[in-house]
Amino acid sequence: MNRRSFLEHSALGAGWLAFSALAAKRSLASVNASGLAPRDPHFPARARHVIFLTMRGGPSHVDLLDEKPELIKHSGKTSTTGRDAVGAKLLGPVHPFASYGKSGLRLTSLLPKIGAHADDLCVLNSLHTDVPNHSPAFVQMHTGSFQFVRPSLGAWSVYGLGSENENLPGFVTLNPPAGDGGARNYGSAFLPSVCQGTRLGGGQLPGLYAAFLKQQEAPGPPMKNISNPDRSTNEQRRQLDLLRRLNERRLAREPNQPEVEGMIESFELAFRMQSEVPGVLEMKEETPETLALYGIGKGEDLFARQCLLARRLIEAGVRFVEIASPEGWDHHTLISQNLPKVCGSVDTAVGALLTDLKRRGLLQDTLVIWGGEFGRTPYAPGLDGRDHNHKGFSLWMAGGGVKGGIRYGATDEIGYEAVEQPMHIRDWHATVLHLLGLDHKRLTYNYGGRNFRLTETGGEVAKGILA
Amino acid sequence: MKRQFLLIGAILLPPCLSTAAETGDPARLVHFESRIRPVLAESCYECHSVESGKAKGGLRLDDREAVLRGGDSGPALVPGKPGESLLLSAIRHSDPDLEMPPRKARLSEAILKDFEQWIADGAPDPRESANGKGGRTGDDFVSRRQHWSFRAPHAPKPPEPRRTDWALGAIDRFVLSELEKNGLEPSPDADLATLLRRISFDLTGLPPTPEQTRAFTAEAKTHPDTAIRKLVDTLLASPAFGQRWARHWLDVVRYAESNGKEANLTYPHAWRYRDYVIDAFDRDVPYDRFLIEQIAGDLLPAANDAERARLLIATGALAFGPKGLTEFNAKQFAADVADEQLDALSRGVLAISLACARCHDHKADPVTMTDYYALIGIFKSTETRFGTWVDSENNNGGKLIRLPDIPGQETPNKALSKEEVEKLNARLAQLAAEEKAAQQRSEQARREGRDAQIDFNKALGEALRIYWTRGPIVGKLETVDNEGRALPLCMGVLEAGKMVNSPRYERGEISHPGETVPRAIPAIFGIPSEGPVPENTSGRLQLAKWITDPQHPLTARVFANRAWTQLFGAGLVETVDDFGRTGATPSHPELLDYLAQRFVENGWSVKTLLREIVLSRTYRQASTHREEAFAKDPDNRLLWRFSKRRLDAEALRDAMLSASGELDLSPRSGSLVSELDSQSVGMIGFNKKIPADLDGSFHRSVYLPVMRDQLPDVLRQFDFAEPSLVTGKRDVTNVPPQALYLMNSDFVKARAAALAKRVLQEATTDRERLLLASQRCLNRAPDEEEERLLHAYLAEPFPKGADAAQETEKRWQDLCQILLASADFRMLD
Repeated sequence: MNRRSFLEHSALGAGWLAFSALAAKRSLASVNASGLAPRDPHFPARARHVIFLTMRGGPSHVDLLDEKPELIKHSGKTSTTGRDAVGAKLLGPVHPFASYGKSGLRLTSLLPKIGAHADDLCVLNSLHTDVPNHSPAFVQMHTGSFQFVRPSLGAWSVYGLGSENENLPGFVTLNPPAGDGGARNYGSAFLPSVCQGTRLGGGQLPGLYAAFLKQQEAPGPPMKNISNPDRSTNEQRRQLDLLRRLNERRLAREPNQPEVEGMIESFELAFRMQSEVPGVLEMKEETPETLALYGIGKGEDLFARQCLLARRLIEAGVRFVEIASPEGWDHHTLISQNLPKVCGSVDTAVGALLTDLKRRGLLQDTLVIWGGEFGRTPYAPGLDGRDHNHKGFSLWMAGGGVKGGIRYGATDEIGYEAVEQPMHIRDWHATVLHLLGLDHKRLTYNYGGRNFRLTETGGEVAKGILA
Repeated sequence: MKRQFLLIGAILLPPCLSTAAETGDPARLVHFESRIRPVLAESCYECHSVESGKAKGGLRLDDREAVLRGGDSGPALVPGKPGESLLLSAIRHSDPDLEMPPRKARLSEAILKDFEQWIADGAPDPRESANGKGGRTGDDFVSRRQHWSFRAPHAPKPPEPRRTDWALGAIDRFVLSELEKNGLEPSPDADLATLLRRISFDLTGLPPTPEQTRAFTAEAKTHPDTAIRKLVDTLLASPAFGQRWARHWLDVVRYAESNGKEANLTYPHAWRYRDYVIDAFDRDVPYDRFLIEQIAGDLLPAANDAERARLLIATGALAFGPKGLTEFNAKQFAADVADEQLDALSRGVLAISLACARCHDHKADPVTMTDYYALIGIFKSTETRFGTWVDSENNNGGKLIRLPDIPGQETPNKALSKEEVEKLNARLAQLAAEEKAAQQRSEQARREGRDAQIDFNKALGEALRIYWTRGPIVGKLETVDNEGRALPLCMGVLEAGKMVNSPRYERGEISHPGETVPRAIPAIFGIPSEGPVPENTSGRLQLAKWITDPQHPLTARVFANRAWTQLFGAGLVETVDDFGRTGATPSHPELLDYLAQRFVENGWSVKTLLREIVLSRTYRQASTHREEAFAKDPDNRLLWRFSKRRLDAEALRDAMLSASGELDLSPRSGSLVSELDSQSVGMIGFNKKIPADLDGSFHRSVYLPVMRDQLPDVLRQFDFAEPSLVTGKRDVTNVPPQALYLMNSDFVKARAAALAKRVLQEATTDRERLLLASQRCLNRAPDEEEERLLHAYLAEPFPKGADAAQETEKRWQDLCQILLASADFRMLD
């Protein structure tokens, strides 16, 4: 059995051919070995890449993205609306909002560099999700389900579209948080394992040492074991050919072992990554102007470097890049002091990322997403802090086919509950997939006799935000 | 039995009979409470209740009005008219477009009859609308207690499956009869070589040795059952068993040798707990006793110093959790530590999270805030000794527990020279003098009426400097004697100097204390409370006894399920760490109850439990794919085969060391972390003496250092349990960095080189060498095709002008590496 026919029979048979909706569209001849080959979307895509900036902890939408005149007016008074809010003391934005851009979009004054891109920002004000607890909500934001192990948004994207560069993983996640669901947030569950997010990045140093050493990461390569100095590429290729044949022999003895097919793919991808990754991680070719734009070289710059790396990965053809915010947004206490700090830790780099993507012509087909697992309450259970709020919250998106300079949907007058064009996480997932040219109802995977999709049985595309 | 009956009675009685007048007579209400409400709660609320936040089809079924009002298709029922009631037709599946609960088997005939009866009786229903009240009624808690895992296990009788030639024991009868119900056949037995490898890895985490293979194969040919039994008994008795199964428990108790979180400081004494667990599994300490020791070992009598030390070390489980060391507010810190202890304990042992009731009554399970704060008082009356030193990163110094001196005691922790001790003492004296001088200066300033603010800032800076400098010195001196010799110390808990009851904090905020809740063991889950906690004790002993009460519905079930998960790759309850109402329901509820009860009856013996499972026919099945069975049950929930598994990180590493002949089976004394001072983990990378992959040892993987956020490469890459979280089942990922590790890491290359060297020395022909290499890696001879492939690889010409001897060695090393990376090596069939 030669390589081609093997892959057609096993890896494709078990994994990719199950993707009937797309398989019908493409000829087998166009399918190559990796399973990462680019595939046609269901309809013309508006975005080809995604950069997902996850602001874990629940950023306060009423302080950042959802200005509520009534809330400002009644700040300090007792709330008369909202099931849990009744009787609680309302708290207006702890820092003022400001107008940005030609559109005059109202955003917090704490994010001026992001605000400079207001005319490209599409602010979604009517999100809601099912649970007000971090881990389940974070997992639901990533996989659609907080109860079951399901593939992540990034994995579904790679499954639907493949990667534009077969020498890199389709989905890269930089320093993902270990908690809040951990690997589930970039896992592939029952999808072929090649869709799974690959984790990159060294360990972070504690703040004090980072400041003292002027270095944020522990020494060591950003990706360990990316090369084997003892063997030539040819020698290693021969080694891997032997490995592949032995593994194929196992499959010939006993077919239907998706985990073994996954291992074969994984070695092939690893082999190709060896030639590609070092170049992408290398930032030497970036100009001093670009480095300065992101704030690289100034103090704590890990997040800044990650943002620049995200651009480089997208440029190199990676489909989906995720970065977790350097600090959490879970402001139960001291929100007026701490919100500026956390905003400051992301504003420059995210602003620079948007600038950089735009001037390189990448923003038009890269969807940038900025948001967390839920929002915060318009009332303050303590004096200076807010509770979790899953009934109404906000995030913003930019580029990749969304209208700029707009706010979509709305919460009630105090920002407690989504009331206009409410957008459940499933609707948001459907919309992101739509921007990638994928119909969330047709992007299915048959697992154990049932067709699964990211949006389960729901999901409605927010047509109003499409450019 | 009597007690059980009374309890069920108590639970089933309607909580508030006053509503009976308007909704029907008490007998009918009892019918509702015992037959209808539990079914609604278990089968319908998930999609039709305020609680779940869902009202599919516009319908809620959690209060009387909502039921009568109905949903999009009209009223759910018409009292007195079963024939006109949509609810009944939906659960009967009489309309194919409206079958409830969806995608599940129809409810039993008995239940359908109950519903018919209830509607015919006029559908009496005491449930009032929870809407508008914003809270749950005590009512909901009663129905919550009906959840399967909160009910006492009953003693199930193993069923009599039709097929009589397959089952070896009770486990198999449960499994087979479920398979038969679903029209499935079990798989044939796996071949003996596969079984040997499976049993060996499962019980010891190691491949079988050549001697074990020879002895087993010889006997198994004629007497397979005897051979398997002997093998299992030998492995259970071997030290490797304790080393393997201890690690599963260490995952559950989130064992780690550093704090994690924002101030990730090392715990140089945590390793003693690791050794305690290995020893406990090795000696098969009964599980109930094992739990009591970890919760309240310090309160148990000890016959001698060695036993006293052992019991103190056991309490380490409560001490090495992740803590917010940067917290300045001591009250908040104490509240968080207690919360984490309760959380880890309840998730790990009971598979529910009691800590979810810190800020509000539990959203899913029958745990109130009062229950929570009654328990929290127990932990607040406990002193946690975790031993991190105060410094600029850490505001919360923790002492350690001094162990009794025992002859032959190992103390691998860092020692000092006598001179160093003297220097440190001198430095302390100097700091004391500096502090005094600073105090005098500020007093003088006050007397002279100088600008207080300037002096205040200066004084504060000075005080901080002294505080931060002193912390590490005091900490260090606590770990050595006057001569500088390392003292035997451990992490753990003791009774606090003062017993306290915790206030109930509104929304969990310490700034909002409410009424004080006396320490108590809550009367939840049908176990009678041990009564109020005696005034002069924390209550940990009472808590431990409550948890290990043989009647406790969760403790034995949860552990039996954990053991099953390790042997089959999936639990009977898939959500191994969540037996609450958001968790999964068991695939074989009766089997789970059977195992739990057997476990208790057999004196909570872990080895006996494992032995029975491993000797079942169910465990013995082949793992081969069968199309017809796969089509019906792709996830193998019904156990129609053995599920293939990947070797986990530790088994993979140990198997490599074993294949290369380098594995050192002796226990490692201490740990890499024990040789360091308390220090920041982030700085480990700067220590040139520590290997970059945090490995560099030949001991078994259970002895590798486990620092949070800084795991050895092999553990991190191959899905080690996140050591900050209770983990009963690890993730299984398959990502390119794993392949890169196998291709390029120094560790794998070195194992391949050692194996190659061995093979080249021990045999002379290529054929013999291949046989040897294959046996060492795969526990079998290569098949014909594999042999052809391997020979072809060896036969490829060397580069021109190369040194033949060197190239041969290199070629063999590369070949051996591929065997170590192969799917056959990494998979357990």
